[in-house]
Amino acid sequence: MHTKTIVELGAGLRAGEFSSEELTRRFLDRIKHHDRRLNSFVTVTEAAALEQARAADRRLASGDAGPLTGIPFAHKDIFCTEGVKTSCGSRMLDNFTAPYDATVTARLKEAGAVMLGKTNMDEFAMGSSNETSYYGPVRNPWNTDAVPGGSSGGSAAAVAARLAPAATGTDTGGSIRQPAALCGITGIKPTYGRVSRYGMIAFASSLDQGGVMAGTAQDCAMLLEAMAGFDERDSTSVDRPVDDYPAALDQPLKGLKIGLPREYFGEGLELAVGEAVEAAIEEFRKLGAEVRDISLPNTHLAVPTYYVVAPAECSSNLSRFDGVRFGYRCENPADLTDLYVRSRGEGFGPEVKRRIMVGTYALSAGYYDAYYLKAQQARRLIRDDFQRALGEVDVIMGPTSPTVAFRLGEKTDDPVTMYLSDIYTIAVNLAGLPGMSVPAGFVEGLPVGLQIIGNYFSEARLLNVAHQYQQVTDWHRRVPEDFV
Amino acid sequence: MALDPSEVRKIAHLARLGIDEQDIPAYARNLSDILAFVEQLNAADTSDIAPLAHPLDATQRLRSDAVTEVDQRDHFQSIAPQVEAGLYLVPKVIE
Repeated sequence: MHTKTIVELGAGLRAGEFSSEELTRRFLDRIKHHDRRLNSFVTVTEAAALEQARAADRRLASGDAGPLTGIPFAHKDIFCTEGVKTSCGSRMLDNFTAPYDATVTARLKEAGAVMLGKTNMDEFAMGSSNETSYYGPVRNPWNTDAVPGGSSGGSAAAVAARLAPAATGTDTGGSIRQPAALCGITGIKPTYGRVSRYGMIAFASSLDQGGVMAGTAQDCAMLLEAMAGFDERDSTSVDRPVDDYPAALDQPLKGLKIGLPREYFGEGLELAVGEAVEAAIEEFRKLGAEVRDISLPNTHLAVPTYYVVAPAECSSNLSRFDGVRFGYRCENPADLTDLYVRSRGEGFGPEVKRRIMVGTYALSAGYYDAYYLKAQQARRLIRDDFQRALGEVDVIMGPTSPTVAFRLGEKTDDPVTMYLSDIYTIAVNLAGLPGMSVPAGFVEGLPVGLQIIGNYFSEARLLNVAHQYQQVTDWHRRVPEDFV
Repeated sequence: MALDPSEVRKIAHLARLGIDEQDIPAYARNLSDILAFVEQLNAADTSDIAPLAHPLDATQRLRSDAVTEVDQRDHFQSIAPQVEAGLYLVPKVIE
């Protein structure tokens, strides 16, 4: 049961082969049995999950079921869930029970999906390895000495180990695509504004976007369909109809124009990862796609631009954590300043502090033009590169990450080296474009991800391209042997 | 731009962020590395390039000036560290 896709599970539920309660119990048992080796969940909501499953079974019996009714999923612990701890991977919110549901949470609830629990993540989504979590690192199911990627590392590991058929994620600089690549699953980060950010704890508001991590592109399409759409509670939500993602999956790829940015295949890319990506591109040629070289000449500016823009926005967003209204408060504050300084000093971990300080510095008097304004100008150059390229080709492809999963502790002493692991994903967020990662092979037993980038609101096309690739390959069907 | 320990203390103060004295040298080193890294941007020619704040050049949506939220004070204060009579309590501000 646990190796089936959502589409297969939905068919089984509707045919009465098993109930949602049985299905939910199976995944809860797997979490109990396997998660002590992965640490992919912060909270398992067993009782609530079984209650939701029984409600779903009643809906199924009465014929009032949608495609996700009764399907279990894991929810990244960045989305507010009413009455359930929402930690964002931080000590600051270890005691925070959300008083309301995020829009994504509410929409999945309405669809009848069953939440198994909340997944571990880098603290406030700041990290590329899931090692900055207050709850300890998550391990990669393909090799438990390796990281799962981050920041949605718990979601990626849980789906890869089949502890959940799918999970939510968020992506500010690669936090869906990079862990999806490193754990061998499929992930989509939609266009900025496609999925509501209401109730999704903010890191960098002009970059943050919620999305899906699942076994297949088809499953991603089903979940995204339920999550996406206009929300008046998010001021940056885009008021535009959601395409029928599942209906677009079967379109043939003949004549699809694929661009390969030469900057994504140069220095820094692990040779064997590059070879796996080239082999994947070959499959697309066989499917009738035309492949051509393109250039994104300002690629080298993406990571430096991001590490001004994201910290600047984070220093502003995280000023709300002050020990007054919710979250962590220090013991016996001497005065109001001491309350702020110690609550924040004790509540935040080192990476969050670094980013708040970089942002505070970049926005401080006398430095604003040199850092923030300059970065926003570079951001336009990066976006314009993509717009030029996407005038010539339908989709852009390349590696999701320059390497396969690295070892725990390998990059923790050197923040800049860690930041460079997102070198191929970050520009997509700066430009606000949708992007996916699809399993495309293995290097020494660790998964390789193929990244697919499209123009604004081309999610249906991206999912279609990924789905067609998954019809002729089986990388996405592999299960790590310790978690079969 | 290399930051010295006194600058780190100043930034931490601006951000109201408590940092242990023993950790200051490591933060000074890390933050200096990050700033040196982002200063690669200086090599880019951005003269005449307008800053980009929103990838789709969208502007803030306006809504009519009507009350849309109900009062949930008690609900929201149920998770506050310290409240009294509907007010959030903090240490004495005025002597």
